[in-house]
Amino acid sequence: MSTRRAIGAQTRAELALTLRRGESLLVSFAIPVGILVFFSQVSTVDTAYRDPLDFLVPGVLALAVMSTAMVSLAIATGYERRYGVLKRLGSTPLSRGGLLAAKTVNVLAIEALQFVVIVVTGLALGWHLDAGIVLAVVFLVLGTVAFAGIGLTMAGTLRAEATLAGANGLFLVLLFIGGMAYPLDKLPTVLEEFAKVLPAAALSASVRGALAPGGHIPGWSVVVLAVWAIGAPLVASRVFRWEE
Amino acid sequence: MPSPPAIEVVDLVKRYSDVRAVDGLSLSIGAGEVFGLLGPNGAGKTSTVEVLEGYRTADGGTVSVLGLDPVDDGPALRPRIGVMLQEGGLYPGLRPLELLRLFAAYYDDAEDPRHLLEVVGLADAGRTLVRRLSGGQRQRLSLACALVGRPEVVFLDEPTAGMDPHARATTWNLVRGLAERGTTVVLTTHAMDEAEHLCDRIAIVDHGRLVAEGTPAALTRDAGADVVTFSAAPGLDLAGLAVALGLPAAAVREIHAGDYSVDAAGTPERIADLAVWMRDRGERLDALRTGRRSLEEVFLRLTGAVEQ
Repeated sequence: MSTRRAIGAQTRAELALTLRRGESLLVSFAIPVGILVFFSQVSTVDTAYRDPLDFLVPGVLALAVMSTAMVSLAIATGYERRYGVLKRLGSTPLSRGGLLAAKTVNVLAIEALQFVVIVVTGLALGWHLDAGIVLAVVFLVLGTVAFAGIGLTMAGTLRAEATLAGANGLFLVLLFIGGMAYPLDKLPTVLEEFAKVLPAAALSASVRGALAPGGHIPGWSVVVLAVWAIGAPLVASRVFRWEE
Repeated sequence: MPSPPAIEVVDLVKRYSDVRAVDGLSLSIGAGEVFGLLGPNGAGKTSTVEVLEGYRTADGGTVSVLGLDPVDDGPALRPRIGVMLQEGGLYPGLRPLELLRLFAAYYDDAEDPRHLLEVVGLADAGRTLVRRLSGGQRQRLSLACALVGRPEVVFLDEPTAGMDPHARATTWNLVRGLAERGTTVVLTTHAMDEAEHLCDRIAIVDHGRLVAEGTPAALTRDAGADVVTFSAAPGLDLAGLAVALGLPAAAVREIHAGDYSVDAAGTPERIADLAVWMRDRGERLDALRTGRRSLEEVFLRLTGAVEQ
């Protein structure tokens, strides 16, 4: 069927483009792995966890999702909009749903690769994997939906340069106040409360709850994550403009 | 036109906030025609084409392409049309062959991408990233993308802008080839020679309205095509000259100081009358030219780009 052929070709093109963007690979792979290795060896912050890896691996998995679903997707889509590619695709038989499907597969494929690399790195450093991983993956998918919504909202409303700067800036801020490499409870109380309504902290706390030995999943994190996963794509679908 | 029109535009209105970019335009384009939309910048050419392509909804009037509504029937129409945007539309990070293969995958009966790349003269650039192609090469790739799905109707928005003469010739040949295959082509252009060479029919638009429509030959004929121009001392007696040439007074004009035009055929008798009249007054006759008005002159007159 022609729709499948079109979506398949689109997916292959999107993957090729992603793999050709060196800077996007850096954000997607080098930074999460670098953070994992660095902070597991240099204990800059002591956490409530006996093993810093129990804190770090879930946080870095969340970080990886943020880098791919928000940063890479936003920048790639923002420039496709700038170059008139999105407009041009609008007059081909490839539907918007087809384009979205191809982008989804692309994001999930990169994330799967990140997941494997991070988990393997964690295991090599002495981390232990348990059955909580299944629930963790569910949260990571929810996080993907939330961050993709944020990324596409930026890409579909801002100029490409503003999307580039904004997505990277947001990535850096959320890296620090998202409970990813640095514990939330070490933040000043006001900042901690603010951070808890953002998707980054909600995702890292949920994933950490699912993976930590004997850990429990905080109720607030699941609620906040779910709200972002529903709200952000809704906003994106409303405000997205196909032409810059 | 025996077959039903491929494109029908009736009283089209397209507004952007307060500006009426298209202001009550009506066109009928026959199947297999090469139709040119001509006009100065901001005349409403691109707005019109983008309504036909389904990018914009009309604020008034109706349009149909192949009997379909470009917006409401978009999914049915898009496999049957090909679009070349005025600029952009290509993934900078793909190579021409990859891009054409991608576009080919959107259509059920696509052209062979490698062959098409050869046809547009990009066979040697097939493995260069799009971002490293020259402007003219990108235009040709964009054209190839418009054609890869074997469309019944092709929209080309300024297809040869930025092309060198060789690429332009290639493109003209391609468009003629499309016409021979029965493809309907709608193109916008600034280039008069392009319109004159390629188009079966032309619509001249200005301020969103139709100013003139017809074959290039009919347009140049209707606009008082025969003309004699010459230069001489400024301030000749125009009325006297008109009488001497047996023409109505309005036919003889001083366009600029010392530049004259006579709206009449430059027959040998008329040239002789002119020469005698000038000799009797001891005037010099310079830069005498007779001929037909070019489409460019017609265009400039109709769109008010030059003073009469």
